[in-house]
Amino acid sequence: MSRSSGKGADRVFSAVMLACALSIFGIVLFILYILILRSKLSISQFGFKFFTRSAWDPVSGDFGAFPFIYGTLATSFLALLMAVPLALGVAVFLTELCPEKLRAPISFVTELLAAIPSVVYGLWAVFVLVPIMRDQLGPFLAKYFGWTGLFGGFNFGVGLLTASIILAIMILPIISSITRDIMLAVPISQREGVLALGATRWEMIRMGVLRNARIGIVGAIILGLGRALGETMAVTMVIGNHPEIPKSLFAPGYTLASVIANEFSEATGDLYLSSLIEIGLALFLVTIVVNAIARALVWAVTRGAPARAH
Amino acid sequence: MGVGIDVENLNAWYGSTHTLQDISLNIPANHATALIGPSGCGKSTFVRCLNRMHETNPIARATGVVKMGDVDIYEDANPVEIRRRVGMVFQRPNPFPTMSIYDNVASGLKLNGFRNRAVLDETVERSLKAAALWDEVKDDLKKKSGASLSGGQQQRMCIARALAVDPEVLLMDEPASALDPVSTSKIEDLIFELKRQYTIVIVTHNMQQAARVAENTGFFLNGKMVEFDSTHKIFTNPKDKRTEDYITGRFG
Amino acid sequence: MGTNSLHTPPPPQESAISRAPIERQSRRVRLNRARRYLWNHVVTGLAILSTIVVIAPLVAILVYLIYKGTSSLNLAFFTKIPAPVGEPGGGMSNAIVGSGIVLALASLLGIPVGIAAGVYLGEFGRGKLLAGAVRFTADVLNGVPSIVMGIAAYALIVVEQKHFSAFSGGVALAIMMVPTITRTTEEMLATVPHAIREAAYGLGVPKWRTVLSVTLKTASPGIITGCMLAFARVAGETAPLLFTAFGNQFWSFKLNEPIAALPLQIYIYALSPYDEWHRLAWAGSLVLIVLIMASVTLVRIYANRGVLKGAS
Repeated sequence: MSRSSGKGADRVFSAVMLACALSIFGIVLFILYILILRSKLSISQFGFKFFTRSAWDPVSGDFGAFPFIYGTLATSFLALLMAVPLALGVAVFLTELCPEKLRAPISFVTELLAAIPSVVYGLWAVFVLVPIMRDQLGPFLAKYFGWTGLFGGFNFGVGLLTASIILAIMILPIISSITRDIMLAVPISQREGVLALGATRWEMIRMGVLRNARIGIVGAIILGLGRALGETMAVTMVIGNHPEIPKSLFAPGYTLASVIANEFSEATGDLYLSSLIEIGLALFLVTIVVNAIARALVWAVTRGAPARAH
Repeated sequence: MGVGIDVENLNAWYGSTHTLQDISLNIPANHATALIGPSGCGKSTFVRCLNRMHETNPIARATGVVKMGDVDIYEDANPVEIRRRVGMVFQRPNPFPTMSIYDNVASGLKLNGFRNRAVLDETVERSLKAAALWDEVKDDLKKKSGASLSGGQQQRMCIARALAVDPEVLLMDEPASALDPVSTSKIEDLIFELKRQYTIVIVTHNMQQAARVAENTGFFLNGKMVEFDSTHKIFTNPKDKRTEDYITGRFG
Repeated sequence: MGTNSLHTPPPPQESAISRAPIERQSRRVRLNRARRYLWNHVVTGLAILSTIVVIAPLVAILVYLIYKGTSSLNLAFFTKIPAPVGEPGGGMSNAIVGSGIVLALASLLGIPVGIAAGVYLGEFGRGKLLAGAVRFTADVLNGVPSIVMGIAAYALIVVEQKHFSAFSGGVALAIMMVPTITRTTEEMLATVPHAIREAAYGLGVPKWRTVLSVTLKTASPGIITGCMLAFARVAGETAPLLFTAFGNQFWSFKLNEPIAALPLQIYIYALSPYDEWHRLAWAGSLVLIVLIMASVTLVRIYANRGVLKGAS
């Protein structure tokens, strides 16, 4: 049996496969390279102050990205505030409390939630959520919680709060499904050990499962944060797209991803475009770091078993 | 003091498999009772019925009467209460890895609402001493995690953890099968001391172990209890031929 | 046998926990237990409540979509291109075809690279540090916002060509598909029993042949499923196409011209002030969702059956 031709072909084959695998590094490096290259202009013009200044005047060529950073962080954290408790509740329900027969349909439904495209969420938000916010939820909040100072100003339905709500709905599935994976990775022996001491079911979940899973759950939450930071379409459609720091939850804002989506294709002038690309660079770097931290945490708990493509 | 357990017509199922059939026996208080038999004969299932752990499996079912003292553990009491009173030590030690040794042993107490430092300190020390682990860990109680101990130490810590909530019965499901011979003999010594205060039920594959530590032994086969008698009798003059075959190693 | 040197003192008279039988349990432990049971019920209720709160928006969105979408769907939707502004009628046929073209291009570019990378991870890289790094990077890349891919494709292609094109859109989406397909391919290859590979090696089949004809073939249903998932995911992406494919009100079949895409068109119509265009946006969303949900459901059905298949 002639093996020499097999060996040569083997080497070529594995080289090709390796090249494709390395292309993943190539993609990351290429994106980094091209973003840095094309944002050189605004980097040299504004320096790091670009991210601490509040200005956005394409006419005079003055650009400062701070309002977008504020908007991104504000919507993301508000969304996390709303989504995390719910996601944990669903994860606990599905892994520990749900009757066998309901488990598949309900988890299927949460998977469907994750599959809905951003633009469709945006469409629904524009025509359903915005009117609710303008006519019902907004006035309710202003009336009973106006004393907090968060609900002042005009309420047109679009703004920080609306964007945060739709964002919360969108990041919920990923936080929930990863939390479920992590909870399922906790061995039964831990659960039984707690039960055998005379614990109620909730105490068993708290001490035997959640406690062991907490590092991974933090990872899941950070993954949700990563998603929220980069979410573009739905947020753009309901945040109001106003480059100023919002003074109330009803006020319009702007996020890093939204300004790119809105203004990129009509950006005139090299500095304008370069500033937008620099924002893209910031978004790229931040989401990479956040996702890397999150994945590392999740990996630490599940010990590197191939993660489902989330 | 421990209490005795009376079992009457216990039947147990996993789904449609009839794992235990009409088991009746009496486990005397403050004695060690061993349960022997080949793999899959139902002895672990039996023991899990005694502290109502069997029902935590969604497809599991059990009928019959199990009485602890005067209390029918299925009809008259809540599983949470029963599991405190009937402690369990598992085949593989299962320390809580995110907690220190101290927190591991005190975990059951904290569940029951005891927060007083002095009470916790005292109980942790008492339990670790009863489990013959105190001297080895007393300097590292809060510094070392429960999972950083050796296998034998982990198992003794799990015993201490079970003892801390003051059970009356201690169930041990092959407690030494995952351990080395030195740790095994330490645990056997422990059982000798423990049966003064608690009722012990120990499931074991190891017949010599049963002979060493238990006053009474029950032989299980295919879900039925074939024979239950004093250990001495079972091992020297069993009534049933199947028992004799198992003891002499003809199967299992 | 024999005693150990540790002296176990008898339990002190005042035990930390009352050793009285259950009927005479100390009041404190009893009250505490009542509190614990209450808390147990509260938390169970909260978990159920959160599940309901989570399911509700999905049901609301789907129901509303179906309601709004079906009333807007007609044959014209699939056959006509958009009517001039303000005029009734018209459809999104060019957007559907456009999406098809861009997605086909993306698949052509992304699927082979993705599968090959997955093959490397699964068959050649097991246990190697490089493979771990690639895996990690692929996962991290999955989390990068899709608009960044759009910028990259813009900078790479649109700037050079000085115009928007279907090609640049396809490249942007292909970049997104690669990491996803890599990971699912690797996962599927891992389910192939090692015995199958060994049987082939034992017969003298070289490794490259084994991978292609044996391992990949066995895992192919799963790999195809993974590709479908990646396809469904990018089918709904709008951001990367905003300044690559750019959109087109008319028919376009050339790769070098701007082209319409379904999600892009939905976005533009949703933000427009015309009711007629809103109607089209709803219809388009329904079509998009039906396609995506069909893929997800198929994947689920396959996964449930496939797990059993792979194990036999």
